[in-house]
Amino acid sequence: MKKGFVHEINFTVNGIKRALSVHSNETLLKVLREHYGLTGAKEGCGGGECGACTVLLNGSPVNSCLVLAVEADNAHILTIEGIAAKDSIHPIQQAFIEYGAVQCGFCTPGMIMTAYALLQKNPDPDEAQIKRALSGNLCRCTGYVQIIEAVKAAAKRMKGKRG
Amino acid sequence: MKNFKSIGKPSPREDAYDKATGNAKYIADIDFPGMLYGKVLRSPHPHAVIKKIDTSKAEKLNGVVAVTHAAKCPYKMGLYLVDRPVFATGKVRYMGEPVAAVAAVSEEIAEEALKLVRVEYEELPVVDNIEDALRKKAPLVHPDLMNYEYLPIYYPKKDTNIFNHFKLRKGNINKGFQKAYRVFENEFYLPQIHHVPMEPHGAIAKWERDGKLTVYSSCQSPFTLRNLIRYAFKLSHKDVRVIAPYVGGGFGGKAGINMEPLAVALAKEAKGKWVKLIFSREETFTGTVVRQAMKGKIKTGVSRKGRIVAEKIELFFDGGAYAEYGTNVVRAAGYTIIGPYDIENVQGDSYGVYTNHLVGGAFRGFGHGELHWVVESQMDIIAHAMKMDPAEFRRINVLKPGSRNSMGQTITEHTGNMTACIDAVAEKLDWGKKRMKLPAHIKRGKGLAVLEKAPAMPANATSCARVKFNEDATVIVQFSGMEIGQGCIAALSQICAERLKMDITKVHAAGLPDTDFSPYEWQTVASRITWAVGNAVINAVDDAHAKIKKVAAQVFGSVPEELDVDGEKVFLKKDTKKFIPLPDIVLGYQYPDGHTIGGPVEGVGTFTPHLTNLDKNTGQGDAAAEWTFGCEGAEVEVNTETGELKVLDLIGAFDLGTVINPLTAKGQIIGGMIQGLGSAVLEELKYKDGKVRNASFVDYKILTAADLPEKITSIFIQTPDAKGPYGARAVGEHPMISVPAAIANAVYDAVGVRIHSLPLTDENILRHLKAKKADKGKKK
Ligand code: FES
Ligand code: FES
Repeated sequence: MKKGFVHEINFTVNGIKRALSVHSNETLLKVLREHYGLTGAKEGCGGGECGACTVLLNGSPVNSCLVLAVEADNAHILTIEGIAAKDSIHPIQQAFIEYGAVQCGFCTPGMIMTAYALLQKNPDPDEAQIKRALSGNLCRCTGYVQIIEAVKAAAKRMKGKRG
Repeated sequence: MKNFKSIGKPSPREDAYDKATGNAKYIADIDFPGMLYGKVLRSPHPHAVIKKIDTSKAEKLNGVVAVTHAAKCPYKMGLYLVDRPVFATGKVRYMGEPVAAVAAVSEEIAEEALKLVRVEYEELPVVDNIEDALRKKAPLVHPDLMNYEYLPIYYPKKDTNIFNHFKLRKGNINKGFQKAYRVFENEFYLPQIHHVPMEPHGAIAKWERDGKLTVYSSCQSPFTLRNLIRYAFKLSHKDVRVIAPYVGGGFGGKAGINMEPLAVALAKEAKGKWVKLIFSREETFTGTVVRQAMKGKIKTGVSRKGRIVAEKIELFFDGGAYAEYGTNVVRAAGYTIIGPYDIENVQGDSYGVYTNHLVGGAFRGFGHGELHWVVESQMDIIAHAMKMDPAEFRRINVLKPGSRNSMGQTITEHTGNMTACIDAVAEKLDWGKKRMKLPAHIKRGKGLAVLEKAPAMPANATSCARVKFNEDATVIVQFSGMEIGQGCIAALSQICAERLKMDITKVHAAGLPDTDFSPYEWQTVASRITWAVGNAVINAVDDAHAKIKKVAAQVFGSVPEELDVDGEKVFLKKDTKKFIPLPDIVLGYQYPDGHTIGGPVEGVGTFTPHLTNLDKNTGQGDAAAEWTFGCEGAEVEVNTETGELKVLDLIGAFDLGTVINPLTAKGQIIGGMIQGLGSAVLEELKYKDGKVRNASFVDYKILTAADLPEKITSIFIQTPDAKGPYGARAVGEHPMISVPAAIANAVYDAVGVRIHSLPLTDENILRHLKAKKADKGKKK
């Protein structure tokens, strides 16, 4: 069986330091889902075209189905399972629920992670910027409108908290 | 509108929390220790005889536990017409058809094993389009058609590729056309498209040595799936258990039976082990089902005043290699064939045609997107030719109270208000208003199109719901309508809370079914769950209340009729100070001496739609339990130099009766309109020689957040439905239906070209613009 070489990687996943042996052809998505049971990131296409597998790598959104696990060596990975506070979910999660931005939910974790990255970089995005940021995350259910409304609402709330 | 406590409120859905936190489990997220992984070998040819299958090498590969194909698994399936083998048998009928499958201890080994299976084919002539399929002496995709089992409400035709012919006859068509002042004849076409659920299809199965089968599946119809699996594999219902996790989008593509038999076939060969089969994106495109392509011919006779007096329509559906749900799509499109119009004389023929294309199945709209593309393009053509306003032309001709629809049902005040939908869209679009000045090569136009749809279901499509009281008198409501994204968990909780007169926070909806434990539900299709199961929930609450009252009557020395129940207590109507708090009675009432009467309270409610079969020769009868009317409109901008189409404004107004949850209703309308817009401007499965050429997201694009119209508006018209729960009506599929015609009509208004074939890509529009220019040149 062609397996590729085995590598030792050290990285941080949702704030916890981890060390793992991975094959050189294993993707970050597979490692997160199968080694750590972090199944929030979904595989919608496996080819970098749908965004369902979006996680943050050193703060930037990536399609984890395209990132090799070895590329995550020394990196900080943040997934949907890592953004809630101890007793309350993240304002973006809350806004998605309240604004009807969730239907089947398969795109939702990826959408939220992309929105999270956007609001980290740009706390006050306009509609065009939100649409551009989300354009790599496909959703077949919602028609995006309520997702965009949720991101706007979350931005407002998060600003309120910081301000 | 009545004073509701839960109905009409934008209640966030319970399932959204699971989904937004990443906790929600979908089929791919479920694992079992020692599980095997399945992979499927598919036909590279659209039509070929299988000369030989040799699996010996694959079987010997270390780590391979099971290899199966038609010889080991000679089973057939079919929802209405049993034409489809689990594995291609004797010949393959479409590119992508399963030929063999393997299960191994890892995906990599399963993959490797597929490469070791040798199949010899001999190619056959390919039936590559509807015209070819209908030609005399066309190669038959199913030479044995008449020997298949099928339900007697479908009509296959001997020695042809036609697997169902539905006939509608109303009035006298010849007399009708004789009365016509003008007659219009046109043809329209739309291609196959895919559902593109974001979640690929998947199933996990285990076949125990004692004959018990368990199947997890991303499905819309756990009970119907159980029924069809036990039929195909010749088992008893009690030995098959189907468990449904969250579904990552269905749109009809996960209805009925789909890819599950492949996982079951592998499990049968690997007894006692879980076999997980998850499709890749490419397999989801080619190995599931698609919306059928369709060619429609329409002939309409109109009076001098613009009243339609006769209409003749033929719809030919490209059903692909197997009839599947297509059989019933043909029927549903057939009985609605003229759309929401009042026409005295009608001749409608709807045909399902076999080809060597991907298998046609159920798709949001269920034949109605197809038929309305024909009808609503035609209505626009007629209005313009008659020099009438297209909105006004429709107002004159649509169904109103007192009219009789295509299948002869009488429209009443309760059926819904088609005219109000048109008015609402026209108003929002500033219909008929002047346009602003623009550069010469930029043209703007407005268009609208109406629609109607009833839930397409057999007369015995029944539902059941259960309402269970907990110790503290909170409530769990159980049903088997699938939460496929549409929001039924929220809507059914609201209906339950309303009927219980209880705060919604005291109600928990246990939505995800397990056929061993959950109440029966026919299927989650036809936009029927809130409507049908909502009624079952109401009946279940009433049943629970009756049980509470019976026990309380004994305590009070009274009779149940003198009692009433609210969210807190059961009480005497005449003397409300005499009451028992619900927690003291819902598990049985205990007297001070310890003696206890009654028991745990569980209410059971059912719902049956009460329909009839349709007459074989005329299609007249009562096949529709309720109708939802709607109108969709758009303003577009076309660049006459490049053909570039921009949608500025997209509006949908639907008479959805009482709105149960405005948040999810809006979600259905906007989501459906955007899916409809994708089908209008971009989506198409492309074939060459019977082979699909664009089975990936690189080549089959769907709309993204960056492609949205500038403005999107959803409008609720609320004429309560007589039979719906609290007056609610279906809305899940409808928003997708008439967007293509609305856009095409707006394009015509903008640049004067009429496009008869979807999708309305920029290239398609440019081609028509050039042809128009060339035509003008010739005339000069
Ligand atoms: S699964 Fe990674 S982009 Fe689709
Ligand atoms: S909610 Fe279903 S894909 Fe986005």
